[in-house]
Amino acid sequence: MNVIDRRLNPKGKSLANRQRFLRRARAQIVKAVREASGNRSIQDIANGEKISIPADGLREPTFRRAAHGGIRDYVVPGNRDFVEGDRIDKPEQQGGGDGGSEGSPDGEGQDDFAFVLSREEFLDIFLDDLELPDLVKKKMKQTESTTPVRAGYSVTGSPANINIVRTMRNSLSRRIALRRPKPAELAELEAEIMRLEESGEDPERLSALRVEFDRLVSKSKRVPYIDPFDVRYSRFEHVPKPITQAVMFCLMDVSGSMTEHMKDLAKRFFMLLFLFLSRRYQHVDVVFIRHTHEAQEVDEETFFYSTETGGTVVSTAFVEMQRVIHERYPVGDWNIYCAQASDGDNTSTDNPKTVGLLEDVILPACQYFAYIEVGAEYKDWLGRESDLWRTYKQILKPGGHLAMRRVRVRSQIFPVFRELFSKERNDSTTWAAGGEAP
Amino acid sequence: MTGIPLFTGADWDFDKVRRVYDAVEDIAVNEMGLTTYPNQIEVITAEQMLDAYSSIGMPLMYKHWSFGKHFAQDETLYRKGMRGLAYEIVINSSPCISYIMEENSMAMQTLVIAHAAFGHNHFFKNNGLFRQWTDARGILDYMEFAKGYVGRCEERYGHQAVERVLDAAHALMSHGVHKYPRKRTPDLADEERRAAERLAYQEQMYNDLWRTVPKPAATKRGSEELAERKRRLGLPEENLLYFLEKMAPKLAPWQRELIRIVRKISQYFYPQKQTKMMNEGCATFTHYTIVNRLHEMGLLTDGAMLEILHSHTSVVFQPDFDDRRYSGLNPYALGFNMMSDIRRICESPTDEDRAWFPDFAGNSDPYGTLRQAWEDYRDESFVLQYLSPALIRKMRLFKIHDVSDDPDMEVTAIHNERGYREVRKALSRSYDIARLEPDIQIVDVDLAGDRRLIVHHMVESGMQLDEAEAIRVLRHIANLWGYEVRLIEIESGSETVLKTYDDIAPTTVM
Repeated sequence: MNVIDRRLNPKGKSLANRQRFLRRARAQIVKAVREASGNRSIQDIANGEKISIPADGLREPTFRRAAHGGIRDYVVPGNRDFVEGDRIDKPEQQGGGDGGSEGSPDGEGQDDFAFVLSREEFLDIFLDDLELPDLVKKKMKQTESTTPVRAGYSVTGSPANINIVRTMRNSLSRRIALRRPKPAELAELEAEIMRLEESGEDPERLSALRVEFDRLVSKSKRVPYIDPFDVRYSRFEHVPKPITQAVMFCLMDVSGSMTEHMKDLAKRFFMLLFLFLSRRYQHVDVVFIRHTHEAQEVDEETFFYSTETGGTVVSTAFVEMQRVIHERYPVGDWNIYCAQASDGDNTSTDNPKTVGLLEDVILPACQYFAYIEVGAEYKDWLGRESDLWRTYKQILKPGGHLAMRRVRVRSQIFPVFRELFSKERNDSTTWAAGGEAP
Repeated sequence: MTGIPLFTGADWDFDKVRRVYDAVEDIAVNEMGLTTYPNQIEVITAEQMLDAYSSIGMPLMYKHWSFGKHFAQDETLYRKGMRGLAYEIVINSSPCISYIMEENSMAMQTLVIAHAAFGHNHFFKNNGLFRQWTDARGILDYMEFAKGYVGRCEERYGHQAVERVLDAAHALMSHGVHKYPRKRTPDLADEERRAAERLAYQEQMYNDLWRTVPKPAATKRGSEELAERKRRLGLPEENLLYFLEKMAPKLAPWQRELIRIVRKISQYFYPQKQTKMMNEGCATFTHYTIVNRLHEMGLLTDGAMLEILHSHTSVVFQPDFDDRRYSGLNPYALGFNMMSDIRRICESPTDEDRAWFPDFAGNSDPYGTLRQAWEDYRDESFVLQYLSPALIRKMRLFKIHDVSDDPDMEVTAIHNERGYREVRKALSRSYDIARLEPDIQIVDVDLAGDRRLIVHHMVESGMQLDEAEAIRVLRHIANLWGYEVRLIEIESGSETVLKTYDDIAPTTVM
């Protein structure tokens, strides 16, 4: 009897099956994920999700008998007061008494298949087919960023890289070639010698064996078990990894005119953007700039969680952005993206300056500029456009880098976000100002 | 109460497992006379147990999305706490692998060792069906091959192509078994000998008068052709997968091999389907006997014994038919009750038992009698042979007759003198795999004509197929076959056609 401890064996043996399952149900899962994400906060989304999908395409049909019809006999336990000839009402649904003559009645009434997606899987599917537009390699990053790639074997290397399989293979073939005596042979010989020594018979054979034994021992000393000659190391070559540098500027208006609701929408949008960027692009810098009547670059924590209030001068944010670009992100070397969220209010005297900055400085520097206008939940938008919207609309042109969207309620954030970053964007529709989602 | 307990406390370690195994083995071999494959006990975690679940319990399995689906399902139920995990999984292989979970207490490990490593193992090794149909020594190697083969096919032909074949084959899995040992193909010497015999016979029977008998009319030609065609194709054939593997005109060799793999696995599990109740009964009876002996010998503490009994009782619990928890006869309960009953009949029979079971009542060799039963019977025949009136009374079994048009059901037999045989027969039939699974056969295909495959379902007692499911399966058959498929449901006694499914054409090219 063997007792084997398998607990340390890798778990997740069925991971490959799970991947096949997810691939199979991909269309339904994607749909379910999109639906699920509409009503959830971003924190929830980041924590995996229970979703249920229609069982279509996941059926495993077999020939089996229908649940009803025909003549059936059941044998069931627990008779208390029936005698032969008694008549019993049929139970409402099947299940009251089948004596095992039925397959399990699954699949029939239960059409949805519910299971849990892990956080990774959920985000993968949710953020799938989104990308930063026009991410071109402006310049390879000249850093030490290289990846080791296997490149055969070598006779020198660091001990950590010893390739045991190769080494032992060489050792074995050398030992066979040079006829190194096997330990078992030696032991056998030694036992034989011991036996002869004890019994004292056949001294000639004993001395012959002793000579043979000495010869073998010295041979096994001469032919080592592992010779330095055998040792092989795995060789790695360091291949420089192409990295494109990109930076995303997040500009948010936090002035007094932004209600809590609007700020919430804006933050949600940026949270999603941040999640997307940090997941899909390892090497994207994110710069957070918030502004009232003055702008300031802040860290992530402050951007999302601290509160401030004041007037609204949008151009200050652009000035700040310009400063940061100038200091840290030379336009020639970096792909620059910008997302701005605002309620559309601006000090009216600032509008010309804003649009001037946007048109002359920001847009030429940017690959893509997305403007999100957040609005109150129950405001009638028809016929009334905000200052900023009107201002931006002047410079909106097909084929430009500017995209504008409005968001009023939470559930619109996800669709708008997808619209702005989906791979299938086509120019004529996307670069135009999007109306409100219905 | 003589011995020192093998262990105290709940924690287990490898040393205790070994000690317990030795003690259990001593009883199993020397007192019960069990013979087993060599045992291999593997300790795994709950997650690994979930993994093992999803791949139908095999330690090696090829990759397929349906296993992922089952895994997701099991995992969801398990995490919600709606379903516990099995304490063990045992594999019919040599060496016989039993998985035990690390979360179990030592008392549970004792139970599991007795149950799986000896009960199931003995049954696998000795039962006639397993001996005839499964190759315990080869199965793990075969699975290794299957896994590698499917993997290589996926690499070469793409996931989708492999998935399509496997999906279709899985749909026919339960109709991919040979139910009877196949005729051995005669070798050349054999053939010659038979030809000579035939010739000798014809010479012996020669009569010139036969020459004058008119030849059969030309109208018979058609049916003769049909008969010839059927003979060539080996029709009718109830092993659908076998037929498709050998005869489907459009399949590539690797696709045939995939079908074959599914068919082999199905065949491997065929005995398990027919012996579920006996197998579980055997294992339950074995563990119950062994732990009781251990306790008598003082090798188990009272605490451990109580824990084991608690678990045992819940395993063999049989709710009554009107209980909310009722979901059919519990195979553990029926198997265990019948085997305990056989022991009672061997040791202290009543007059009734002597009348019903004259050949073993009172022979005071319960283990020998049981070993015999375990070896020679399957669920259906076991019930028919061994279900005693005493047990029918104890479990208060009764038979219900259900006709679909009738608004009521009728009780046709209960636990009384008139009803015993009737109940026993009906229960036995409910375990008969030939009646449990619809009888579906490929009867004809015109290879020279439109190549339409004709499939018959011989309807038993008016129980027709579930239509939606049947159409889905037919689509799979059509895909494998490459041409249209027609299913006809025929009442088995009267030969009347109950339903004809429209011809179903293949939807994809394999």
